[in-house]
Amino acid sequence: MLSLVDINKFYDPGTVNEMCLFEDYSLDINDGEFVSIVGSNGSGKTSLLNIICGSIPLDSGRVIVNGRDVTRMPEYRRAAFIGRVYQNPAFGTCPDMTILENMSLADTKGKSFNLRRGTDRRRIGYYREQLSALGLGLEDKLDVKVGSLSGGQRQAMALLMSTMTDIDFLILDEHTAALDPKTADLIMELTDRIVRGQRLTALMVTHNLRYAVEYGDRLIMMHEGKNVIDLSGRQKADTGVDDLLSRFNAISVECGN
Amino acid sequence: MSSIILGIFEEGLVYAILSFGIYITYSILDFPDLSVDGTYPLGAAVTAAMIAAGADPLLTLPVSFLAGALCGILTGAIHVKLGVRDLLSGIIVSTGLYSVNLRIAGKSNLPIFSKDSIFSNPVVDRIFSGASSQIINVIILILIVLFLKLLLDAYLGTRSGYLLRACGSNRRLVVALNRDDGRVKILGLALANGFAAFAGCMMAQKQGYFELSMGTGMMVIGLANVIIGMQLFGRLSFMKATTAVTIGALIYRACVAAAINAGLEPGDMKLITAALFLLIIAAGNLRKRTGLHKKASGGKEAAC
Repeated sequence: MLSLVDINKFYDPGTVNEMCLFEDYSLDINDGEFVSIVGSNGSGKTSLLNIICGSIPLDSGRVIVNGRDVTRMPEYRRAAFIGRVYQNPAFGTCPDMTILENMSLADTKGKSFNLRRGTDRRRIGYYREQLSALGLGLEDKLDVKVGSLSGGQRQAMALLMSTMTDIDFLILDEHTAALDPKTADLIMELTDRIVRGQRLTALMVTHNLRYAVEYGDRLIMMHEGKNVIDLSGRQKADTGVDDLLSRFNAISVECGN
Repeated sequence: MSSIILGIFEEGLVYAILSFGIYITYSILDFPDLSVDGTYPLGAAVTAAMIAAGADPLLTLPVSFLAGALCGILTGAIHVKLGVRDLLSGIIVSTGLYSVNLRIAGKSNLPIFSKDSIFSNPVVDRIFSGASSQIINVIILILIVLFLKLLLDAYLGTRSGYLLRACGSNRRLVVALNRDDGRVKILGLALANGFAAFAGCMMAQKQGYFELSMGTGMMVIGLANVIIGMQLFGRLSFMKATTAVTIGALIYRACVAAAINAGLEPGDMKLITAALFLLIIAAGNLRKRTGLHKKASGGKEAAC
């Protein structure tokens, strides 16, 4: 269970550029929920994820995870129970290291980064198995540097690496936006399989309304730091891309863009 | 002639140790660390002071490494905890170290010719009886550089080493792995400056004195070695980066020796260094611009 309580976040407070992003914003996300978040640029979607992950500080409010207040916990400590995949495929892997080394790194998360061998040879079989489940043939390229893979391959690896160890929450920050449509579909299916398979609680920010409608079991549309749509269950199932789009356009017209 | 070649090896091998440190900060961590200008002479000051006071020369090796590592931690902490920019943190530490080094050594030039060193002591003299001091120096330095190279290679293959490598190219990944990327940076700086001080320790024992200004321009020299090595051999998959850097240091020394042989004065060395440095970087950039430089093993694999 993840709760955001009375979140306040301003940018450039005290200056002429002061901008209120969130004012007394609250959100509860239940265990096992797969939430899709849509909204125009500047609506606060990515800031919301940054607040949950601890990448940006809050002006006031609390972030509660499973009953524990993590508001002041630094980002790297929160990573113990949060996995995150970014829009940029380069962010989730280390380009200068090989696929095998990257898999080993991800596998060591939660353990001590000590002077033992970086790669445990006995785990290679397991890595191969995990990689072959991606269906991209990466299991035969263990010694290839990740930097020379395509965006889709890297994003698939980022997804795999962020979910390899036990986490409670998966944060997906427009993680298909930089990919071509076919690869994006592939990564989206993979995401759904992993989220369902590991019963993760997932938050996915996306600009793809079709994904927001087709995947997940709760749909939030944000606008100027507020949830203007929050649907789950039947209601969500009955909502189509067209409904969402007309609502989206209506909001944009109100704003004058 | 052979004494010139041996000279190249003597100096080059010492600078290779320094370059291991620069390789960690510059190539792995992507951190332009100027504190080596202070930690290299720090190692020499500590060594000269200890030997002058009658300490076992062997003891100066770990002590100077530790002294350098501590200063690396300081540079890292100034950068990470106080938010000072990377270049400035190094400048602050190396500036302060200038005075500290003078305090440690007691004077701006501390000779230790007459004392035992790791290159010249009863044990070494017995083993290599009859050999010239240059040959002894080179043999001992080869053993030390080889040992440090293997140690660094082994370290970079450990879990901790993996994390260090990841930190430079993608700090977000370190955070995602539930680790504080700032701490990893500090660790890298500690190692790098440990190597720098160790190189200073070697130099003081080899030349037989500590000299206050010996650190000036060390960062540039070390960087030149790393860049020469990586530009020439960095893309050879069978050659480890530490080997490439060592060869880079020897090539650099050879160039300097050639320039001096051609009639330039030792005082012109810094200018030669700067010119050589510029030449290498410019050559690397031009090669990239003309497209001759193929991106690391790209091509086939990139097509998904």
